[in-house]
Amino acid sequence: MAKMVQQLALPAARVKSRPLEIISRFWSWLFLLLLLLFFSLTGPGFFSFLNLQSIVNDMALALLMSLGQTFVIIAAGIDLSTGFTMGFAAVIEAVVLNALVGRLPLGLALALPLSILIALGVGTLPGLVNGILIGRLRVPPFIATLGMYGIARGLGFIFSGGGQPVSVQIPGVGDIGNGYLLYYHPAVGFSWLHTPVLPPGARPRDLVSILPFPLIVAIVAFLLCHWLLSRTRFGRHTYALGGAPEAARRAGIPVARQTLKLYMLSAFLASVAGVLYVLRFTNGDANAGDPLLLDSIAAVVIGGASLFGGEGTMVGTLIGTLIIYVIQNGLVIIGIDPYWQFVAIGAVIILAVLMDQAKARVLSR
Amino acid sequence: MLEEKAQRPKAESGQAGLGSAADARPVLEVRDLVKRFGGLVAVDHVSLAVWPGEVVGLLGDNGAGKSTLIKVISGVYRPDGGQLLFEGQEVSFASPMEARRRGIETIYQDLALCENLDAPANIFLGREPARRRWGLLKELDERYMLQETQHVLEQLDIHIPDLRQPIRQLSGGQRQSVAIARAIYWNARLMIMDEPTAALGVAEQQKVLELVRTLRARGVPVILISHNLQDVFAVADRVVVMRRGQKVGERRVAETTTNELVGLMVGAERV
Repeated sequence: MAKMVQQLALPAARVKSRPLEIISRFWSWLFLLLLLLFFSLTGPGFFSFLNLQSIVNDMALALLMSLGQTFVIIAAGIDLSTGFTMGFAAVIEAVVLNALVGRLPLGLALALPLSILIALGVGTLPGLVNGILIGRLRVPPFIATLGMYGIARGLGFIFSGGGQPVSVQIPGVGDIGNGYLLYYHPAVGFSWLHTPVLPPGARPRDLVSILPFPLIVAIVAFLLCHWLLSRTRFGRHTYALGGAPEAARRAGIPVARQTLKLYMLSAFLASVAGVLYVLRFTNGDANAGDPLLLDSIAAVVIGGASLFGGEGTMVGTLIGTLIIYVIQNGLVIIGIDPYWQFVAIGAVIILAVLMDQAKARVLSR
Repeated sequence: MLEEKAQRPKAESGQAGLGSAADARPVLEVRDLVKRFGGLVAVDHVSLAVWPGEVVGLLGDNGAGKSTLIKVISGVYRPDGGQLLFEGQEVSFASPMEARRRGIETIYQDLALCENLDAPANIFLGREPARRRWGLLKELDERYMLQETQHVLEQLDIHIPDLRQPIRQLSGGQRQSVAIARAIYWNARLMIMDEPTAALGVAEQQKVLELVRTLRARGVPVILISHNLQDVFAVADRVVVMRRGQKVGERRVAETTTNELVGLMVGAERV
């Protein structure tokens, strides 16, 4: 009899939360679709291959930082230092690359990989400190990473020697950061990695470039992070940590070590974004990542992650990042004052958090 | 360490038929246990024994020392005096993890489950099996976890329609069942349950009590802490009553009455 009652009792509990659960899971897809539709109808040239590619191209750096932010937020933390960690890593990359080129043999072929390794290593240190503060010393994530926000910012300016971006005047660096995987021109067909030499008479503007280098890095990082979060112990423990830290501890999950890894991963991905910034814009700017902090948190929250922890996916974060960059791009194309971008994205974040809270309220009832 | 724990000793899962030789020795023996907090003596020279396949009810009013006593047994607190013998050996647990490694599983009111994860994830939490993918990357073995979960739930006659939904979506009794199934799966030798029916509806209380009987039938002794005398009468073989940190009585359930037990709890009657 108890069996029967149990099976009767369960659906009632489920029906209450199902519609809201479905809406909260898919509203970001729907929202993205509506945005694409809206801008396609109102913005001339919005729905073109070139423009859509420029949207995904522009979002590569923000996506990298959002991936790290997703791990941290799912574990019920937050990383406010990701923006200035990115800028700090960019400065380190620029300074080290400038210092190495000309002193080492083989030119860029040795200096560039070495400088990237150093920048990624040094750029992960803020995450190490965050992780120790939060995991071992029990400092609230908001405070620890806010402190690191200031520290990384200051260090970025100090290392760039006076606050100006560190210019990288080395031939070839910009070609890598602005290169594409594939080029197509009707006159010559496809060519890999290098812009084709066009025959006389072929119009250069017919050249189509496919998959920019930073985007490839971001896509690979996305696939790895998605796998890590959804298929591995590391991912499972991240969810457990955010869902019920006490239960995770009692189950024998090394909570402090897991926390340390999460914040280091976030700083590492921000550093990758910093290095890509240098390759693309040929300078190391301590401020480079500052505007991306808001984007990274917004993307994660819009993507369905809960700021209470325990919920979220990498696919959601990808959709969230797309939404932000479609709004930014679309508003420019339909000719609205760019400052409205901030208003629009701020409003979308608040909307997403309201959805999250409504969901939490219904589920806890 | 995780790898080592993930290997579950399957041969030992059926302890019911260990025979009279093992029955002759208590699974847990508490001798003269003392626990003080400053000037307060929370557990005052308490002794008790738990035998294989036995359900022992631990009764007492609020502040009687029940919770402190089980927290000493489960490794949360270290005793200030007395001895703890588990399966005949003197033990001293530095942490709840150590007690758990010996096979003492405690199911608390707050369950210690991750509500955002599904039942298989909870049962294997912290001890997830992983397989190598493409020879180097280790991936969670979701299928194995699901199969093992179905298997252990079936054994315990627990029915959960959709195992892939987060357990937040389950009823209180089903969540309680998942916690018990986890302990069983990892071969609990002694189960301590703290108010397991407190937050449940009537039908679900029955289901949890049924589970307690199942455990007994499998030879796993249970210490049941409850305010609910009905629960205790329904499943316990023996009752230990505490008041102000002391053990004030011990009765076989068949030989006592509600009135006598209440009298012991509030201090109207002494052994």
